[in-house]
Amino acid sequence: MTQKQHLDTQEGSFEPKIIAYVCNWCTYLGADLAGTNRLEYPANVRIIRLPCTGRIDFNLIVKAFEVGADAVLVSGCHPGDCHYTSGNYHARRRWMLFRELLNTLGIEMDRIHFTWISAAEGRKFQQVISEITEKTRQMGPYRAYKRICEAS
Amino acid sequence: MIQRLQKTCRELLETGKVDVVIGYGQKHPELPPYPVFVTAPDEVGQLVWNAQCVMNLTTYLTRKEVKALGRPAIIVKGCDAKALIVLEKESQIDRSQIVVIGVACQGVIGGHPVDGQDPRAATAAKCKVCDVHMPPGVDITLGETDSGPVTAAWRYSDLDAFMDQTPEERMAFWQEEFERCIKCYACRQVCPLCYCEQCVVDKNRPTRVSTSASLKGNYAWHITRAFHLAGRCIGCDECTRACPAGIDLRLLNLSLARAAEENFGYRAGYDPQAEAVIGAFSEQDKESFIG
Repeated sequence: MTQKQHLDTQEGSFEPKIIAYVCNWCTYLGADLAGTNRLEYPANVRIIRLPCTGRIDFNLIVKAFEVGADAVLVSGCHPGDCHYTSGNYHARRRWMLFRELLNTLGIEMDRIHFTWISAAEGRKFQQVISEITEKTRQMGPYRAYKRICEAS
Repeated sequence: MIQRLQKTCRELLETGKVDVVIGYGQKHPELPPYPVFVTAPDEVGQLVWNAQCVMNLTTYLTRKEVKALGRPAIIVKGCDAKALIVLEKESQIDRSQIVVIGVACQGVIGGHPVDGQDPRAATAAKCKVCDVHMPPGVDITLGETDSGPVTAAWRYSDLDAFMDQTPEERMAFWQEEFERCIKCYACRQVCPLCYCEQCVVDKNRPTRVSTSASLKGNYAWHITRAFHLAGRCIGCDECTRACPAGIDLRLLNLSLARAAEENFGYRAGYDPQAEAVIGAFSEQDKESFIG
């Protein structure tokens, strides 16, 4: 039995898969700080480091669900703190529109999270990951999208 | 009207102002019109204009084959003229090199009218909410029409009705729609604003969008297509018309158009001076959804 089937069939032992696209300069360092400070957070998150939130193509969010994510987090620098001056502003605007599209498609919006986490906010990183994990655990696996991906 | 159109085009070709007229031809009133490319003054007799002329011809302006014909004149309706504004804003056309002939339009036929049915009932969905019956920003205008009745209450009323459903119902709806998609990419080919020489879906190192016509690949494609037109789509509904599977792509375009209008007060194809939505930003942009 593959791991995916295992997760789907045994509700009690469901461990959510969360993919986090984070910016190299803020959230990734925030995660690093959480680590060096020994702040524990759930191991359900898979961190993918990108240069900037402005680099996060909307296709990556779709891709995350395609490969079996139950929730996606996109996180970067607070407004005004972008290493490249304005990448996060561009990203914010894109997400505003993209969320609307996903909502129209009936994608569960509770599974897509956006946050700003700075390099100094190790504790916020810990909290965000814990909250998302807990929330996703309660929602259960994202069966609807998994079915889409399994259909021929 | 048609005589004036033909006369105008004859003059343009005879004086050498243009090398080709991109317009509509029709063999028989019962048969659908098709695009024609008139290069000789004697051939202008082919040109027609009537309510069956649904196609948005501006999609040809960016094609290599059409560019090779020389300086063009093009016949546009109000909705098509909006595409010209976006194309110019994105530096895809040199407006000074194109003669734009605008025709007054009271709406085109959306589908095939049923016998005995009021022809207005067959009006295309976009025409029911049209506010550009007289094409803006054109060089020559032919015909006259009043602003025309906007028959639907609100330009997003179809979308509103759709969004009244629960997310689960919407998901089920799209799943059924996308299951029919055969990935022919007609929606892309017909779109005047899908002008990339190489589409992201044709890039395979690495493959970003799954290219198979499976449900997964179809979702990825339709999300990509819709979002690459975010804040750019002018709502000519050509994608929806061209779709052989009858997928209602209009709803996706509408949702992004409404998001652009509500959040940024921007409607694509109206104001040549307005700052485009994507590619610009404001520090005041809403971020209530960001934790």
